[in-house]
Amino acid sequence: METKNKFEIHNLDLYYGSNKVLKDINLDIASHQVTALIGPSGCGKSSLLRTLNRMNDLIPSARVEGSVLLDGEDIYDSETDVVGLRNRVGMVFQSPNPFPKSIFENVAYGPRRHGERDRKVLKEIVVRSLKEAALWNEVKDSLHKSAFQLSGGQQQRLCIARALAVQPEVLLMDEPCSALDPISTSRVEDLIHELKKDYTIIIVTHNMQQAARVSQYTAFLLTGSLIEFDETDKIFTKPSKEETEGYITGRFG
Amino acid sequence: MLLLFALASILVVVLVGLFVFLQGYPLLAKTGFFTFLTGLEWLPGEGIFGILPMVIGTLAVTLGALIIGVPLGVTTAVFLAEYAPERIAFWTRRAVELLAGIPSVVYGLFGMTVIVPLVRHVALNWFGDLLSPEMRTGYGILAASLVLGIMILPTIVSISEDALRAVPKAYKEGSYALGVHQWQTIWHNTLPAAGTGIMSSVILGMGRAIGETMAILMVAGNAPAFPTSIFSPVRTLSGNIGLEMSYASGEHAQALFATGVVLFIVIMILNGLALLIARKGANA
Repeated sequence: METKNKFEIHNLDLYYGSNKVLKDINLDIASHQVTALIGPSGCGKSSLLRTLNRMNDLIPSARVEGSVLLDGEDIYDSETDVVGLRNRVGMVFQSPNPFPKSIFENVAYGPRRHGERDRKVLKEIVVRSLKEAALWNEVKDSLHKSAFQLSGGQQQRLCIARALAVQPEVLLMDEPCSALDPISTSRVEDLIHELKKDYTIIIVTHNMQQAARVSQYTAFLLTGSLIEFDETDKIFTKPSKEETEGYITGRFG
Repeated sequence: MLLLFALASILVVVLVGLFVFLQGYPLLAKTGFFTFLTGLEWLPGEGIFGILPMVIGTLAVTLGALIIGVPLGVTTAVFLAEYAPERIAFWTRRAVELLAGIPSVVYGLFGMTVIVPLVRHVALNWFGDLLSPEMRTGYGILAASLVLGIMILPTIVSISEDALRAVPKAYKEGSYALGVHQWQTIWHNTLPAAGTGIMSSVILGMGRAIGETMAILMVAGNAPAFPTSIFSPVRTLSGNIGLEMSYASGEHAQALFATGVVLFIVIMILNGLALLIARKGANA
């Protein structure tokens, strides 16, 4: 197994105003693997995910201490180009959020904003991204219809295609299946298996079976602290901390 | 009981429309609606009533107001909704609301003492040789457009800001997460998503511009002649009524009512358009 680290998180604290949401997080995210973040509601797993592409910057009171290295460079350095960072670290949100545009324009949105004008190239990117997101066969005849006509599961795969279209290195997924039915969920999970060949994936999930099914590594968070981080098999079979065992066996959360 | 009050307002609209139409009808029947609308000359003393110069004047002044007011208003709305720190946004909003409360006569005074001399200065010093004497007074399309452009700002700013704020946060986040700049996100994502709301604000502003009378009377020059440049003095439809109604009688008065009919129709078309756009927006 390749053990190169994509992200290295050192002594990370996150505050919303005076409220400390993440406490002294230390975590390495392996390249080209799926890492799951699990824990009860409000434990900070989504906040942790959002520190990785600096989406927390949108919250005026948010403040970060510690460092997050992406390929060895601190993304919280004052020199960091946040827009460029988000280009490298894509994100898929909890509920599908396609733009009020056509399917084609949704996927072409990122490349267009990054300066791609050639319609042929755009078309290639759209087709490739939709194929990667396993949506192509369902929408190839309706590329110019509104994205809102798709089902929830299709919309979420469209959002994945939209994220892939700008060729990120990392894909952050914030409970991507929480708004989906079981069939759509299993399609997205299959997709995650496929995508990990080319991308580093970090997924927040409420669903422990899902974490066990899709991830190689799992981090368990509780009230803003990282309790345990290990290979997924180990977390789910022989967790070393009592809290982890309590959570995965369903005693709380 | 409440229904009665609601019906009362409908009744008033119908009555006003009917009254204006009945008063203007005899003249419209005599000259013909089309001749009235496209006639080039307005000579009440000789019984010649053509309002085309005023239709053009109204359109020119309204278009001018939109060219000035829409970019300024929408930009202000974007600033308020997207960039402004809360304190600055608060005071800017108060200022814009105050703008809405200023009586139009005061706008007229401001126009006469500030904008007209400014336009006159520009006309004399920059275009002096090109312009005929009546275009060098400062009174005309440009001055009227500037005053109107300011007057429609509150409508455009407040409705556009509401429309921008109503755009789901998820669109913005989705765009930022793709590594797209804030200004690109506003231009390609937020503004299009708020498009129908902004469009309604423009149409409502347009309605206000077309109906405005007092401020325009004080700065537009009011000559019922066909304008040939943006410095030309013009008379608007509403200005025509405000200017002459006090002394008109007989056919002349009927012609002014007929002018009111045209104004009424234009406003109704605009309101219909606003409604249509709003409905289309709700469906999308």
